[in-house]
Amino acid sequence: MSQQATSFGSHVGKAAFALVSPRGAVFLLLALLLIALAVLSPGFAEPGQFIRFIQRVAPIAIVAIGQYFVIVSGEFDLSMGSLITAQVVIAGNLVGQDASKSVPVLIFMVAFGILIGLINGLATTLLKVPSFIVTLGMMLALLGGVLFWTGGAATGNPADEFRQIGRGGIQNVPIVGVIPWSVIILGVVLAVAIWLSQRPYGRTLIAVGDNVTTARYAGVRVWWVKTSAFIISSLSATVTGIILVGFAGVHPSVGRGYEFIAITAVVLGGVVLGGGRGWVVAAMAGAFALEALFMLLNFVDVPSTMRDAVQGLLIILAVAYSAVTFRARRSERSVLASPATGKEPELAPESARPAPQPTPEGD
Amino acid sequence: MRRPAHMAVAIVGAAALFALTGCTTDPSVTPPSEGEDSESVEWFDQALFDKQLDEISTTPEGPADQPHLQYINAEMIDTSEYASEGAKKVCFANASISNPWRQTGWITMNEQLKVLQDDGVISEMETRDAQDSDDTQIADIDYFIEEGNCDAFIISPNSTAAMTPAVERACETGKPVVVFDRGVDTDCQTTFIHPIGGFAWGIESANFLIDNLEPGNKVVAMRILPGVDVLEQRWAAAEKLFGENDIEAVDYFTGADPAEIKKIISDELAKGDVHGVWMDAGDGAVAAIEAFEDAGVDYPVMTGEDELSFLRKWDATGLTGLGTVYSNFQWRTTLLAVQKIFAGEEIPEEWVLPQEPIAQEELADALENNEGMPDGHYARFGGEDLPGYPTVWQERIIP
Repeated sequence: MSQQATSFGSHVGKAAFALVSPRGAVFLLLALLLIALAVLSPGFAEPGQFIRFIQRVAPIAIVAIGQYFVIVSGEFDLSMGSLITAQVVIAGNLVGQDASKSVPVLIFMVAFGILIGLINGLATTLLKVPSFIVTLGMMLALLGGVLFWTGGAATGNPADEFRQIGRGGIQNVPIVGVIPWSVIILGVVLAVAIWLSQRPYGRTLIAVGDNVTTARYAGVRVWWVKTSAFIISSLSATVTGIILVGFAGVHPSVGRGYEFIAITAVVLGGVVLGGGRGWVVAAMAGAFALEALFMLLNFVDVPSTMRDAVQGLLIILAVAYSAVTFRARRSERSVLASPATGKEPELAPESARPAPQPTPEGD
Repeated sequence: MRRPAHMAVAIVGAAALFALTGCTTDPSVTPPSEGEDSESVEWFDQALFDKQLDEISTTPEGPADQPHLQYINAEMIDTSEYASEGAKKVCFANASISNPWRQTGWITMNEQLKVLQDDGVISEMETRDAQDSDDTQIADIDYFIEEGNCDAFIISPNSTAAMTPAVERACETGKPVVVFDRGVDTDCQTTFIHPIGGFAWGIESANFLIDNLEPGNKVVAMRILPGVDVLEQRWAAAEKLFGENDIEAVDYFTGADPAEIKKIISDELAKGDVHGVWMDAGDGAVAAIEAFEDAGVDYPVMTGEDELSFLRKWDATGLTGLGTVYSNFQWRTTLLAVQKIFAGEEIPEEWVLPQEPIAQEELADALENNEGMPDGHYARFGGEDLPGYPTVWQERIIP
């Protein structure tokens, strides 16, 4: 009996430990924020309202997922926000009121996204320019291009059919009323992201972020792995751009600051800056927690001008929190655990596997 | 054994964050009205409010069919000292063309310029665009003074205080100086051209909402950014009137980002009913309306601007609306003022142009007159009698 009690106690302990770990903490935070929102505004918990909340977060969650791949590989992508703006303006100007142009323009936007990711990736890996500088330059270049093209003012919205991607959804669904397309797109993006990170590619990416020299000795084509992470991130910005054109419309300010929101979300999700550790689902949860927090601040009448300050504080606290807890665990591990284990205790099974394999699919 | 200490630090950090947000969760801690009151005190100016309130109801003088040549309560000044024959060079220090209102005005101004060039009044207009930067504009004005070889200056200040010394330096050249749109803290300029102003905007829009709403109703105010006098005055007047008439008003800064506007309105709708929307500029009004559509609730009573995107959406949805106007035709008035100055005619020392909102009855006309114009065009642009009309505005040919 005492045996049982101990085992129960240790389970509770483990669960509690998982929740205060950087990776678990974001889910705890998200849950608390959602409860607070539901208490403050009971309508929020209704399925119809809640799905609207997911719709509202979807663009941010998608860029956070894209940013995760870059950050976990040890780099940054600061060009996401400007790329979103550029894609929004491209859609507005090229589609215009002619819905039949939607598909060709969509293909062009995807190609443009891939091109930007390729340039970011190749400049980082082959030209050895730090990604911080490459993507900062790309951010300014894209923003300048957009301002040159539009003169800084809004141009017309694209055809309503095109905007349905971000605005519309499946109507007359029982319980929730409507399932917005952007929620479905988020689901697909998340599924692909989880699949990618469980495949050898995802593990290779983490290995490259953790220790690029080891990864290279293991036969990883580092330049390609990192470049593809940048392409994934640019594609996620493209998807977000397509959704935002529908959700909001065309304006040169759409997408502004999204790179920092994405980085905040990823960090909040316990992904370690500098790479090598992280879970894509937690990164997405970080996006939800961040937006829920902003919404909460809104609900309690905190001036919207405070938002940036809160976001800045969050980045610092989240990084400090994860740094402190990881260091704590590492030192504990070195004392308690046998060196052979050499892995994260408990928690997320995918990181508990042994050393990442070199990329077999890379050839 | 260092672990508990580290964890403690981490947990304290997280707890601090919760405490931070937790504090503000308690509505009794910060009554929202307090903060807003101190803000409106800063920008509210009773004398200016009364002056503009009076100007709204004053019938302007000047040609009835040319609002860009009308003026309200003007004190005329003699400009015969500048009278002179021949085509003159005008130097224009522009704050920016970074929003559709400025772009529309810039196009109109250039069409007016062509007419005056054909008439032999102006030889050329050299323009420097400060791209929303005070520093750049100061340098632009100094460049004009030093080596512009200018016969007259037109200045659209980027900001009030920072531009004052530069405008004074331009005045010291003895050449005529025309200031328009935002003002400066000096009266050295020959004339200052502007529509009635921000308080008038706030009075007209707030009164419309008050007339069409019930006491106790809620209005969400969408503001572009803090600290710009024309915009702050719009809100200062509106906020005062909402407060006096028992309208619950909350205001947000949006940066004119439609995604932000839509999120804010969606959040407000999740919190409770929203009966009215007030905007300090038309940019993004469509996103605000769409937020009501997407939430599946009734349209609000709404005030936007005379920007066509809003007018078209207003017409299509049939909502109760008002298109507040900050008269765009002032851009061409500046050049016409220069013409009058070189002809030695009397002009108003402070040229207050009429600023008449577009009401429901005028909506159909406004849309018809501006058929084929892009969404970023302004209905009261006042260039219908210029030679390039309508193609130049339709195709948005920005010089």
